[in-house]
Amino acid sequence: MLAQFLQFLFSGLTVGATYALAALGFTLIYNASNVINFAQGEFIMLGGMLAVFFTVSGFPLPVALVLAILLPAVVGVLLEKLAIEPVKGAETVTLIIITIGASLVIRGLVQVWLGKSTFALPAFSGEEPIQILGATLMPQSLWVFGVTAVVVAVLWYFFNRTLSGKAMLATSFNRTAAELVGINTSWVLFMSFAMAAALGALGGILIAPITMTSYDVGIMLGLKGFVAAVVGGLGNGLGAVVGGLLVGILEAMGAGYISSAYKDAMPFILIIFILFFMPRGLFGGKSTDRV
Amino acid sequence: MQKKLNIGLLIVIAILLLVPFIAPNSFYLDLAIRMAINAMIVLGLNLLIGFAGQISLGHAGFLGIGAYASAVLPTHFNWHPLLAMGAGALITGLLAALVARPIFKLKGNYLAMATLGLGIIINITLRNEAQWTGGPDGMPVLPMSLFGLEIYGDKQWYWIIAAMLVFAVWASQNLIDSPFGRALRALHGSEVASQVVGVDVVRYKVSIFVLSAVFASIMGSVTAHYIGFVSPNFADFFHSIELVTMVVVGGMASVFGSLVGAVLLTALPQALATFEGWETVVFGAILMGFMIFLPKGIVPTLAAKFGKGE
Repeated sequence: MLAQFLQFLFSGLTVGATYALAALGFTLIYNASNVINFAQGEFIMLGGMLAVFFTVSGFPLPVALVLAILLPAVVGVLLEKLAIEPVKGAETVTLIIITIGASLVIRGLVQVWLGKSTFALPAFSGEEPIQILGATLMPQSLWVFGVTAVVVAVLWYFFNRTLSGKAMLATSFNRTAAELVGINTSWVLFMSFAMAAALGALGGILIAPITMTSYDVGIMLGLKGFVAAVVGGLGNGLGAVVGGLLVGILEAMGAGYISSAYKDAMPFILIIFILFFMPRGLFGGKSTDRV
Repeated sequence: MQKKLNIGLLIVIAILLLVPFIAPNSFYLDLAIRMAINAMIVLGLNLLIGFAGQISLGHAGFLGIGAYASAVLPTHFNWHPLLAMGAGALITGLLAALVARPIFKLKGNYLAMATLGLGIIINITLRNEAQWTGGPDGMPVLPMSLFGLEIYGDKQWYWIIAAMLVFAVWASQNLIDSPFGRALRALHGSEVASQVVGVDVVRYKVSIFVLSAVFASIMGSVTAHYIGFVSPNFADFFHSIELVTMVVVGGMASVFGSLVGAVLLTALPQALATFEGWETVVFGAILMGFMIFLPKGIVPTLAAKFGKGE
């Protein structure tokens, strides 16, 4: 009984950590630009697929992983420079459609380039499962937990203790005021897209040895990361992490105890309930109107 | 104003009358039927996106409800197809109203998220309830019958759907010019301002959302009977995106833009057949290109250029 519960918890936390990283990406971009970036899931896919591609091409694992994080970051920056900046101040609907278009382009290009097959990335440190109170934990899950925790700590330090981080926060509170005190807000936008893409790619790399990867994994992973961001209260960093873990756990428990066929539906049922009863998310602040 | 609108409608009627005579074979007639069906869905969706400024990322889900109501109810419960179509529309309408009411009380674009979630839940349900829906493989649909006569063949379907399209265009034009349409345009312009002059913002948004969802559901039923088969792909996320693309390309808030968008993007996959595998890229590039360089879409941009309103 306990073993089973732990088993579901482990798998929920593992996949939840990926959602958390994706949700942080949504949050970063949303705060910097008010854009809901529907291409976030494609960065997750890019991370996993590029990691596979570079390892298969013969690069040593660490080099392959670094490349698989840097390249999506470049793609993120290109997206911002070529598609988001030219339409500054456009309506939400316009921005949503642009990022959906971007996601289709990225997914389509990868499909043409690497094909429709499913790939597996080797686990970072062996496949020998660890036994905990009757439940098994894969070593890769420990990598996922560890790296996610480090990333969250680094981000916390960046936003609270460094000038650049504070500049980004200031921009998210009030762009005009930030510009008035001399913050380069277009640099902030640039950084947000680069960081969001890198975070997504990192999540995609970490989870690839467990769930496998293919050109189309970005849709679901991205949408669930998005649900996580909304659950945590869109724009709230801590909320994004908690939201991600919560969505992951709920999905694993739902699949284990209720119905595995409806596993993918769980996060979306959750989001509809959240929007009904707690529209600002679990950690969202009060709403303000801009007229 | 009134006269110009009628000219547009007359052009649509003329084209619809001509198509069967210039279509060289049934392949093109089939394409024309699909274009007309999509045009009607897009008309409804454009009312929501173009006039109410709200986006639905789950419209294919409503289409799926209609299609499967028409497939499941007559097959498993011996319902008359028309009754099944009505039931599908009713279920869709109730569901849309149930979801929309609390969502529209919120500021911002939460409808995008809610419809996205709803669409995915509908799709997953259709895939999983195989004993009713045939699962991922889909199921055949019994033919539609009117007054005891079965409708079959492209020709019969063409005239029925063409008549529906003419009615839909006429109805949309009238709706936009009615007080209801004016209220919608006002609240797209400024929600606060329209509230101040007494527009019940939530009620109007909910009604237009329900209306466009019901439109999609009915067209889902029609498609199901026309093709004679339904599959969960009717209701998948990509299909929802295709429908949004049609609105964007043709032109938001434009009746004839909806038609142009539906015609162009229904033909596009045929034109892209030679670019096997590149369809997704092209679709995405079109979406981005239009939003960045031609955000108003084809028809409104042309209309502005030649100095006449629609």
